[in-house]
Amino acid sequence: VNTTLAALGMGLTVVVTIVLAAYSSRLARTTGDFYVASRSVPAWWNASAISGEYLSAASFLGVAGLIMVGGADAVWFPVGYAVGYVLLLALVAAPLRRSGAYTLPDFCEARLRSSQVRLIASALVVLIGWLYVLPQLQGAGLALQILLGTPVWVGGVAVSITVLVVIVGGGMRSVTLVQGFQYWLKVVAIMLPVLFLLAAWRADASPSALTPAPPTFDDRTTVSVSRDITITVEQPVTVETADGQAQWQPGEYPVTAGTTLTFPAGAAVPHLKGTPTLAGTDWGQALQGGQEHALYRTYALMFALFLGTMGLPHVLVRFYTNPDGRAARRTALLVIGLVGLFYLAPSVYGMLGRLYTPELLLTGRTDAVVLLLPQALVGGTLGPWLTALVAAGAAAAFLATATGLTVTVAGVLSQDVVSRRVDDPIVSFRVAAVAAVIVPLVLGLVAESLPLARAVSLAFAVAAATFSPLLLLGIWWRRLTDVGAAAGLVLGGVLASAAIAASTLLPDLTGWPAALLSQPAAWSMPAALFTMVLVSKRTTHRIKPGVERIMIRLHTPEAVGVQRTWTARGQR
Amino acid sequence: MNKPGEKPQRVVITGPRRDVRRRPPRPVTDEIDRHTRVGEVYLRSLIRTQLLLGLSTVALVVLPLIAMPLLFGLWPPVRELQVGPMPLWWLLLGILVYPAILGVGWWYTRQADRNEAQFTDLVEGR
Repeated sequence: VNTTLAALGMGLTVVVTIVLAAYSSRLARTTGDFYVASRSVPAWWNASAISGEYLSAASFLGVAGLIMVGGADAVWFPVGYAVGYVLLLALVAAPLRRSGAYTLPDFCEARLRSSQVRLIASALVVLIGWLYVLPQLQGAGLALQILLGTPVWVGGVAVSITVLVVIVGGGMRSVTLVQGFQYWLKVVAIMLPVLFLLAAWRADASPSALTPAPPTFDDRTTVSVSRDITITVEQPVTVETADGQAQWQPGEYPVTAGTTLTFPAGAAVPHLKGTPTLAGTDWGQALQGGQEHALYRTYALMFALFLGTMGLPHVLVRFYTNPDGRAARRTALLVIGLVGLFYLAPSVYGMLGRLYTPELLLTGRTDAVVLLLPQALVGGTLGPWLTALVAAGAAAAFLATATGLTVTVAGVLSQDVVSRRVDDPIVSFRVAAVAAVIVPLVLGLVAESLPLARAVSLAFAVAAATFSPLLLLGIWWRRLTDVGAAAGLVLGGVLASAAIAASTLLPDLTGWPAALLSQPAAWSMPAALFTMVLVSKRTTHRIKPGVERIMIRLHTPEAVGVQRTWTARGQR
Repeated sequence: MNKPGEKPQRVVITGPRRDVRRRPPRPVTDEIDRHTRVGEVYLRSLIRTQLLLGLSTVALVVLPLIAMPLLFGLWPPVRELQVGPMPLWWLLLGILVYPAILGVGWWYTRQADRNEAQFTDLVEGR
């Protein structure tokens, strides 16, 4: 990899981001500007900003990596990330905008008139935000390590600093401009190399990834291992190490960081322990990936991604930036188009990665396939430039998502925690932003790294089990009570987080416990939903007298001249 | 005008009789604001229409997707289907799903706008 060009690509993204933020921050002067860009953003640009914020490291790097490993079953990641917006559009977008609230906790307070539910929602926003930022910082660490050879903590620190500069500079208006730009950068950065990759693949006589055998090294290949790993050998293979040549029989082999392994041409690729070794034909077929309870895992993943999208606080906060409910629907529709366009690309990287960078299956760094494939397959003089382009896109991915999440978490922290001690709202927002960045940064340095798209799906699982039922019932069911909502939010949040913690801390689980805990949305979301309904039915006396007014506000078009502000009964 | 001394002429003025003019019906927006039965009916019917539309949209997208793993997992002949060099699974879920959901979303947006426009016409009495 040409380090200079890759560094240039990433550096340019950072510089343009900061310059755009500084430019637009001169326009941001009031508190409203900081939070929601004064609601003056056109729908297509708002949609670009939402897509820019949404397409994180998990989408830019992680999806291609998971498809490279898991094949047909992994396409549910990009499909789910996109389909989530259909549910958001059809059930949430316009009423949420019409609620007139800034953030999800604001919505809870407006709908349920309860400051306790508001606090629970705030805690969940912070939890989901941090769960989601964590893999962004780890992804940045991975990308910088692979492209530039820096220690793994450098990427996270660099992203955190840039995010703070952008946010402290201008709040959400600058974020809107920057993220709109970052969407288009990401699309070009992932789509343009696809054209060259496919051309190079055709020039190479279009070898099929759907072979009857597992991946092999085409040429004599030297693999450097940069961390301690264990690899699984399924077919006897000849390996050259610094200690000389060895014949590895089937079994598990520990490899220490710093080792280089050289394999002869045609050798079967040993896989990282835990990564299934799949024949191309099985890789390309649904439910043949060798996972236990693959059908359950598939449906539970769909559940998490379809329903989790509507509960992502950093996405929802953007809908308040639309001028009215109709515009919110336009924006959501445009996002479906923009996000879908992007997701055409990762499958191509995943498929070609099995053919041209199979060593990633050994090192387990499949998240790097997008970064390494252009050099491996196109090479020549063009390869380094394409690498610089994907590096720039990857930088945009970490920055956009980390910025959006930090703004959201900072907004909540600022409103519910910091502003009780600090009077100036802008100062309070900035203090909160620093806190919002530092916690996931520290966590990221100590926590074990999961595959990026998998790590992000955990944040989706928590969102699906908490905000998704809250929004669905809060918008469409007038008898939801504050007690019911609180019970469901707490139960869903605890179940989903406990399942995630258990499956992360107990990696050796197998069978149903492993499947249920690693994909909790399919049972935790219904549990939260039913809890909200049942508890609400038992606490009907807590239905607030103003609920009719709120339903009017959520569902009537703005053109209709009805009273929209809430008043207690009898005060009209 | 009459000159001084002339007999005043009778002038007939025609026009609507203001005193018995029909008062406009109370607008529905007012019914809604007052939480009357009528307002309630209008609002509930709007919410029901929009909820049905939203759920139909979700079903239209999600049900075929839910069927995919079952179909491909349990019925081997489908796995062999190819369109050119592409297996059907990858064609559907790698490419076609994205224009398809965009199309459904566009249809939803149009219908939702139409429902709201009808509601607006109805309650504003146009």
